[in-house]
Amino acid sequence: MNRFDFIRPASLAEAVTAAAVPGSVYLAGGTNLLDLMKIGVTRPERVIDISRLPGLDRIDWLPDGGVRIGALVRNADLAYDTRFAATYPAIAEALLSGASAQLRNAATVGGNLLQRTRCAYFQDTAGACNRRELGSGCDALHGENRLHAVLGWTEQCIATHPSDFCVPLAALGAVVEIEGVEGRKDIPIENLHSLPDATSAQESALLPGDLISGLRLPPEAAAFAGNARYMKLRERASYAFAVVSAAAMLDMDGDTIRAARLALGAVAAKPWRAHTAEAALIGQRPTREAFEKAATAALTDARPSGDNAFKITLAHRILVRALTLAHEGTPKVMPALPASPFPEQHLPAPKGDLHVA
Amino acid sequence: MSPEKQPATSRYGSNAGQPLTRRDGILKVTGRATYAADNHPEGLLYAVMAVSRIARGRVRSMNVDAAKAHSGVVEVLTPANRPPLFHDPHEKMPPFGFRVEVLQDDSVRYGNQPIALVIAETLEAATEGAALLDPQYDTEPARVGREAGIRFDPPAVSIGGPPKTAHGDVEAGFSNAAITVEAEVETPPQYHNAMEPHAVVAEWDGNRVVLDMPNQALALSCASYAAFFGIPVDNVTIRSPFLGGGFGSKAILNGPQILAILAARMLNRPVKLALTRAQMYGPVGHRGQTWQKIRIGMESDGTLTALHHRSLSATSAFDDFLEPAANASLPLYASPAILVEHEGIRLDTGTPGPMRAPGEASGSAALEVAIDEAAQACGMDPLAFRLKNYAETEPATGKPFSSKALRTCYEEGATRFGWSRRPRAAGQMRDENGLLVGWGMGTAVFGCPHFPAEARATLRADGTALVETGAADMGQGAWTALAQIAAEALGLDPDQVEFHSGLSTLPDAGIAGGSGHTASAGLALNQAGGDAIAQLSDLAVNDPASRLFGAGNIGLTARNGRLYRRDDESRSESYAEILARSGRSDVVGTAKSNRDPTVATDHALYSHGAVFAEVKIDPDLGQIRTTRLVGAFAAGRIINPRLVQSQYFGGMIWGISFALHEEAITDKRTGRIMNADLAEYHVPVNADVPPLEAILVPEDDAIVNPIGVKGVGEIGITGTVGAIANAVWHATGSRIRKFPIRIEDVLSAR
Repeated sequence: MNRFDFIRPASLAEAVTAAAVPGSVYLAGGTNLLDLMKIGVTRPERVIDISRLPGLDRIDWLPDGGVRIGALVRNADLAYDTRFAATYPAIAEALLSGASAQLRNAATVGGNLLQRTRCAYFQDTAGACNRRELGSGCDALHGENRLHAVLGWTEQCIATHPSDFCVPLAALGAVVEIEGVEGRKDIPIENLHSLPDATSAQESALLPGDLISGLRLPPEAAAFAGNARYMKLRERASYAFAVVSAAAMLDMDGDTIRAARLALGAVAAKPWRAHTAEAALIGQRPTREAFEKAATAALTDARPSGDNAFKITLAHRILVRALTLAHEGTPKVMPALPASPFPEQHLPAPKGDLHVA
Repeated sequence: MSPEKQPATSRYGSNAGQPLTRRDGILKVTGRATYAADNHPEGLLYAVMAVSRIARGRVRSMNVDAAKAHSGVVEVLTPANRPPLFHDPHEKMPPFGFRVEVLQDDSVRYGNQPIALVIAETLEAATEGAALLDPQYDTEPARVGREAGIRFDPPAVSIGGPPKTAHGDVEAGFSNAAITVEAEVETPPQYHNAMEPHAVVAEWDGNRVVLDMPNQALALSCASYAAFFGIPVDNVTIRSPFLGGGFGSKAILNGPQILAILAARMLNRPVKLALTRAQMYGPVGHRGQTWQKIRIGMESDGTLTALHHRSLSATSAFDDFLEPAANASLPLYASPAILVEHEGIRLDTGTPGPMRAPGEASGSAALEVAIDEAAQACGMDPLAFRLKNYAETEPATGKPFSSKALRTCYEEGATRFGWSRRPRAAGQMRDENGLLVGWGMGTAVFGCPHFPAEARATLRADGTALVETGAADMGQGAWTALAQIAAEALGLDPDQVEFHSGLSTLPDAGIAGGSGHTASAGLALNQAGGDAIAQLSDLAVNDPASRLFGAGNIGLTARNGRLYRRDDESRSESYAEILARSGRSDVVGTAKSNRDPTVATDHALYSHGAVFAEVKIDPDLGQIRTTRLVGAFAAGRIINPRLVQSQYFGGMIWGISFALHEEAITDKRTGRIMNADLAEYHVPVNADVPPLEAILVPEDDAIVNPIGVKGVGEIGITGTVGAIANAVWHATGSRIRKFPIRIEDVLSAR
């Protein structure tokens, strides 16, 4: 087999020192890394196993009203934590819409933030991919790209970030805690993932050795618990990545929107927070018209990167749907198919224009 | 442990017709069922295939030295050192021969073609050895899609079938038509994706070889391997007790398995090869892509005047298997004129082959959509339209059907579904959530082939039986259903029958394919059991000490391990008593069975069914869900209703998959398949599958074969695809003629 060093550090500091050596990767849940190693996309020289580092698997409620989630908390454990799910229901819904039960049991919070794109050309080592090899080109650009980016892409790369979890995190302004060679630092999640850049194949703001030790949600994130949804559109009901997805959260003051949080998934190389759309909703009444306007604002810069103009239409509609359902209120019980726009029993009739038949 | 050692499981009766649970069920759920790759003979070496990363060209070089230098690598097979075979791999071996790729040269004719085999002491070493080969190619442009392919007029479709069949005057039929509809339907390449990959563990002893491999056609495969390796057929033993799915892809010899067997002989050590999931997208067959065109001519009352079905079917650059899709229009709807024809198109893809309901699945998908359009064009309910054109005899030949309970299938399915409440026009139904609701239907049909088969039934001194035939259990339940047939023939409880199967040294049970295995192997078992009982009867009626002495002309009945005088059931004797007195330890019944050939020349032989589907569609998002699926099927005598229902469910779920999910996506520039894994090649998950209903419509058939069994393995797909597509139209008014139906198709089509 391909030989690599396997290092199991005893502390964060040891881990960071070990991983600062070029050719190193961190291993946590392994749900993404091991696949990529098997298909030859990644051939690390050193695998730094952080899965047994102590203290990173806790959910700590902070005095300021926020929460800190250790990087090794499993996706399923976080989603099923009663207090967490009640406080941040859209995050729990996003987590439970991702992958399969088996994968959610193994995958970690830190790893999820850094999962690699599912672009088939990234995974296929026979073709050109600027993410794998800067300057080799992008075979997705004129290839099979119906699910590729419609925001923030360049001819360098049209891949999307596949995470569901990151979408409501971006909406809520999560802060990523990093342990690095030069000590601790915080990075807002919006700055964690890089958009494609002709001069760099860098996918994130992390430096060599940087280790995500956890993430925090700021105190104000809890204000949206009553009106929060994550909606994920896909052709297969489960175990499929999104065609488009959206997190929508409202902080209502009677019949007026006091604050709104919006982010799109599967549309760009990062979870796409829609600041202008959020701003457009503040002080508005929660009408279909207001939601449509917000969706339009969120997608002003969208353009197809290939055979995927329909994703812009769908991104608009999934935003409106997520806002509509968020306004209806967070479901009292997690839906059996989390994040599915398809109703189990009850869904309000779609209002306004119907786009089919 | 063999399945028959399992304790009796819950059941309601004793043999054929009863819904017994699977005899191999406990073995499977406890992980003790041994599949091919579970075998680890001493001294085992591991083989890993290196496959081409281009779809057309040649391998210029490979770094064999680097691979061989890797620790643990024992040998690297390439075209340069591959030992000779005794059969030309380009020469097709009848009856189901395909050209195979066994490193005969350096050419590359499709992506994932085997280009080397690395053999090592460990799987990891072989895997890395294969990676180190780093092949360099001279690449030629890949031919992908309808525009780039090379068209040809095929001499045959499927396995030796006629490419064109004409009945009546089609042009006259169209000129007499008051209404004509035309539909073009496209179906994608699909891959079998059996859960168990193609695997082999090969162990030679001199010029004898034992092969552990999943295999749907034991005797045929033995003959083929014997020819490739230049050894007598009896020197090849295949052990295939369980298959983790086959769907047609494990009936055909493939290059990788031949190479692994060759490597084992070359190195004089046992060798194991298991394909990776990605490697199953190339050298082991698939359902070929089709572009179909159907024209239907009608009188204004909906009576068909002409039916023309044309399929452009894709195959590889080097072999000829063509999806016989247009033939789906031959057996179903009464039309005075029918023309079906096929054209071939060569693409740089692996050779397609039979995949569950070959021809019928793709062809029925297109035909049922076109029939729905025809019904719409003349303003008729789709069921009424189908009944209007109900075929009382086989349309293209005029032959009578051996049995055809399709009318009952329509009635029972429609009643259960509530079809009569369906509004004629599209876009009329909404549910309480505002979702668009559509109802569609399709007719299901599948032929009843019959293969020669043999069996042996031994009645033993203790009154139990040993029954032997080399059948294949792909998950369909052969271990159970065939044992039931044998038990019935022997007048025994299934628990008293030790059933041996899945081994090539047993009598040849024919092929597990074409939905014909239960009928073919079952007939042999029925006759072998009958032979054993006849011999036992002879012993009894000729033995003055027997209570049955002299009953030869009256006849005996075998039941519950006893023979009874037919005219006086108070006079009976147990098998054990008869054998004990005769001084024999056993009686061995044998059979070599086949269907009387005149049955098929004089009759049309088909299973039938009707499938009704409900879909709901989100009008904003275009998301489709199948919310109800009701099928009613008539397939002759049902041996085990529990297993048969599962077969129908499996077929119907595959229909959902065909209609809404499955598709191999090929890069048009490189010919590489871009979704060769189960994360991205979508088949339905549980949440995509609604509550299913499969109604087993009773049907007696005294003609199709002496046991009255038709086939159930493939028919479930055939009506379902069209039913779902037609439901999508009924919900939206959009006719989508390209499978699978995607969100963007729903949003943009009209």
